[in-house]
Amino acid sequence: MSDNILEIRDLTVGFRTEQGPVEILKGVSFDVKAGEIVSVVGESGSGKSMTSLAVMRLITDPNAMISGTIRYKGRNLPGLSAREMRKLRGRQIAMIFQDPMTALTPVHTIGWQIAEQMRVHLGLGAKVARKRSVELLGKMGIPDPERAYDRYPHHLSGGMRQRAMIAMAISCDPAILIADEPTTALDVTVQAQILDLLQDLRREYGSSIILITHDMGVVSTIADRVLVMYSGRIIEHGAKSDLLDKPQHPYTLGLMRSIPPMTGERPRRLPSIPGSPPLPGKRPEGCSFRPRCEFSFSKCSAVPPLYRCNEQFAACFLAEHGSHQWQRNLAEERTAK
Amino acid sequence: MRILNEVSLDVYEGETLGLVGESGSGKSTLGRTLLRLYDADSGKIEFDNLDISTKNRRELRPLRSKMQMIFQDPYSSLNPRRRIGDLIADPIRIHGHASEREIHVRLRELMDMVGLSHSFLTRYPHEFSGGQRQRIGIARAIALKPKFIVADEAVSALDVSVQAQVINLLMDLQDELGLTYLFIAHDLSVVRQISTRTAVMYLGGIVEIGMTDDVMHNPAHPYTAALISSVPSHDSIMSKSPRIKLQGDPPSPLMPPSGCRFHTRCPFATDKCAAEVPFPHDVGSGRSVACHFPIS
Ligand SMILES: Nc1ncnc2c1ncn2[C@@H]1O[C@H](COP(=O)(O)OP(=O)(O)OP(=O)(O)O)[C@@H](O)[C@H]1O
Ligand SMILES: Nc1ncnc2c1ncn2[C@@H]1O[C@H](COP(=O)(O)OP(=O)(O)OP(=O)(O)O)[C@@H](O)[C@H]1O
Ligand code: SF4
Ligand code: SF4
Ligand SMILES: [Mg+2]
Ligand SMILES: [Mg+2]
Repeated sequence: MSDNILEIRDLTVGFRTEQGPVEILKGVSFDVKAGEIVSVVGESGSGKSMTSLAVMRLITDPNAMISGTIRYKGRNLPGLSAREMRKLRGRQIAMIFQDPMTALTPVHTIGWQIAEQMRVHLGLGAKVARKRSVELLGKMGIPDPERAYDRYPHHLSGGMRQRAMIAMAISCDPAILIADEPTTALDVTVQAQILDLLQDLRREYGSSIILITHDMGVVSTIADRVLVMYSGRIIEHGAKSDLLDKPQHPYTLGLMRSIPPMTGERPRRLPSIPGSPPLPGKRPEGCSFRPRCEFSFSKCSAVPPLYRCNEQFAACFLAEHGSHQWQRNLAEERTAK
Repeated sequence: MRILNEVSLDVYEGETLGLVGESGSGKSTLGRTLLRLYDADSGKIEFDNLDISTKNRRELRPLRSKMQMIFQDPYSSLNPRRRIGDLIADPIRIHGHASEREIHVRLRELMDMVGLSHSFLTRYPHEFSGGQRQRIGIARAIALKPKFIVADEAVSALDVSVQAQVINLLMDLQDELGLTYLFIAHDLSVVRQISTRTAVMYLGGIVEIGMTDDVMHNPAHPYTAALISSVPSHDSIMSKSPRIKLQGDPPSPLMPPSGCRFHTRCPFATDKCAAEVPFPHDVGSGRSVACHFPIS
């Protein structure tokens, strides 16, 4: 009955360390619909990459403790055998890594690596695979793709390498593409091209995309829905327009206000969130945003669940009654000043 | 290999000059060359009306304290085995003639200026977050009361929520100490926030320079226009100008194109562009553009 292609419930990831166990992700739950672009934003260390590695079953650290369910088209990924998972990975669910060298090996040409992916997963013959690889490289805006096919990753600039990895990730038209900061290292002119490509992938093949980014501009350009993470939890999620226009969680609000505007008056001072995000071992009790939150009150010593406010959800006691009252008060207070 | 190609640039006292442009276009090289951390093959650099391009290391030493640099990665630029207090005091001990007593007082003054607790002075870099380390880097850079600071991607590695704090700090310190900044960054919204003027680089040259609002809202050089129009913007209320798409990749600096170096990717290029180098010329309100057919 559901059109969810991916359903994640209570995903919790921790590590045994010398200082005792450290929880990195705590009870992460979310859905991805077919053909949807979901953006994941949040501060560094909040667990964005860890979430995607868990979905790909690529957390290899023997000290890792992972629980929760990750259902892809109804099948629970953590329950699959290593062999079944290998068949899915790269074919059904593909990933673009924060660092391209995680996905590319230095010992083969980029063209060979892309072709190999298609030979293994799609059973293509060598000739066809080569032809399709060259086409893909061309589609990525790589000049002279015939020649680029025979080049090794270390011969390419960062931007080219990133595009080669994207070509590899989308070579088998995956149902889900997880893109971890795919454009962070790139110039904005190249970034714009890559964002076009991701949108083409969705349009042509109906792929779902999970896009991890710290750039709200990127979010506003291509996302349908947004998840905001803080300290290993999802603290707010909702449709892009709702979330960007009326953030319900004080962290999301602070994040939006901290971004210097590209248009209109330049503020004399940028609004900013005081302090810095806590390290995983040192997260405070209760609401983990509390030490930085200008609205914190007595209730906040407990962990806030996700409350519904209209169509979006926020893990904050201010949203308990689903109202925007506190925001309205804030707005009035600001105009009065 | 020629990385910078006959760049001419004035930085005015007390201003922040933003420097943006394609990766590899030479922004860091330009910043370092101005500080004489790199030697130029030819050309002249004046600081405070003084020709510094011909000075040797010894002659440069007294000037070094007046010109400082803040780096992108605060972690790798701080020696992990030394205490914060020593790291910040180093430049004072090397250049200044201060007594230990004076240094003690100065260190506390500096910590106040960058908004860090005095207790941090006895701790080590790894104990701090990225934003705190960047504040330490800033304290170190202003320790000798410099006049000119090159900030090379100084806030790029920080989370948005922390980035805003550091931008505010840099702007406050400028007001307080009368600093002049060359602010290199790839994030145009950050450059817009902090810069009085903005210069745009492409393949080793400055293609446009002018007041920040002019350059960002009415770009005159086609590359600037392409750059600005590619910025994904979250202030969705404003209608965005249509994106100018660039063809291909930046050419190698080893073999720069003839004529206008941008002609292989410029949507407005003509035969003239491949044949003749466009020299920077004034287009009014202190703006200078290196293009045969600037957008008006
Ligand atoms: N093997 C491990 N053992 C212990 N802690 C780990 C391990 N791997 C990662 N971590 C910690 O997990 C936390 C979450 O990391 P993650 O990479 O998911 O963050 P992120 O949200 O992707 O951040 P960024 O924006 O910097 O990429 C980090 O604090 C990291 O130090
Ligand atoms: N030590 C070096 N030896 C040779 N070439 C160098 C050296 N340092 C930089 N380059 C080259 O000089 C050019 C300009 O580099 P620079 O680091 O100044 O660019 P940038 O504009 O700061 O780029 P980014 O935005 O990526 O930091 C690049 O083509 C680079 O490969
Ligand atoms: S629960 Fe309390 S501390 Fe946490 S974000 Fe909401 S108001 Fe702030
Ligand atoms: S000189 Fe010609 S090629 Fe160069 S930027 Fe101007 S129009 Fe484009
Ligand atoms: Mg990450
Ligand atoms: Mg640089």
